[in-house]
Amino acid sequence: MEAQSQPSPAIVGIKRALPIVLGYLPVGFAFGVLAVKNGIPPSVAVGMSVLMFSGSGQLMFAGLWGAQASSLSIIAAVGIVNLRYLLQSAAEAPWLSGLPRFQRFLLGLGLTDETFAVHVTALQKGWTRNLTTLFVCNHVAQLGWVGGAVLGAFCGGLVRDVRPLGLDYALTAMFLALLVLQCFSRLHVLVAVFTLVLAVGLKYLGMTQWNIALATIIGAALGAWLILRRDRHA
Amino acid sequence: MPDIVPAHSLSLYLCLAGCVAVTVLPKILPVTFLQGESLPSWFRRWLDFVPVAVMAALVGSEVFFYEGHFNLGLSNLFLVVSVPTLLLAWKSQNYFLTIAVGLGLVIAARASGLY
Repeated sequence: MEAQSQPSPAIVGIKRALPIVLGYLPVGFAFGVLAVKNGIPPSVAVGMSVLMFSGSGQLMFAGLWGAQASSLSIIAAVGIVNLRYLLQSAAEAPWLSGLPRFQRFLLGLGLTDETFAVHVTALQKGWTRNLTTLFVCNHVAQLGWVGGAVLGAFCGGLVRDVRPLGLDYALTAMFLALLVLQCFSRLHVLVAVFTLVLAVGLKYLGMTQWNIALATIIGAALGAWLILRRDRHA
Repeated sequence: MPDIVPAHSLSLYLCLAGCVAVTVLPKILPVTFLQGESLPSWFRRWLDFVPVAVMAALVGSEVFFYEGHFNLGLSNLFLVVSVPTLLLAWKSQNYFLTIAVGLGLVIAARASGLY
């Protein structure tokens, strides 16, 4: 109806992606620098950003690779960190129903914590789904992510020590921010505290590679058990 | 790293292939194949808590082990910085502001020569 006065779907997508890009550039840069410092060739670091498109997974890979962890424990750690995508992807499914399977597959490839958050928030606020906006936003976001990684991987050699730039804290800061955003209820806070203490305790006792996976499985099970028990009593 | 041997890069590529698989599959499988809510309810409940649990486990393992050693004291910069960063995250609920301030505090602390 008011097509003239509305910005084009592509512009909406770019606008939606801009704050994400502002965040991805420095974190992507941090990943590129850390990857090369940890013995991963720059081209592989950039390839990872194209193929994985996952900040937490990639930073985890770089850190564990540098610590000479076994491949199996790296894949397990990355897989556990990325289990949250299962839930986000499942949560996005109803909003994308009716689209051809191939398009849903492509939109799944562009899923990150941030693209998921902006799209689902817009949809919940009543935005009419638009494929161009979805794809443009996802691709602009990934362009920012890969661009940051290219800069970090190829120009990161200029950075002798990552410590004065605080880059060794980048991953932790990201996890901290995501953790707080995940605390929807008191039960989530309880699960967070329990899992944190368990993971730290296991690591203190010498379990350095599997502590995160084990603590996550047990912590999430505690949450599920408490909520199922509550439902049964309600 | 001057002494990267071929076996080393082969294991890097295998590890990368595995990591790409465990990253891409959870992103695409549900949205491509799921029609409605077909997962068992206990599994959905468990899945609900995976994000918060994994983030907590990661934060704990990073924050309480500064430079490889368990450290509950003021000499643990990450622990000291994480307290105001956590409060800011809680108050602002702003993802990128939290990261920027957290990194800024680490940079400032190290530039000041205290750490």
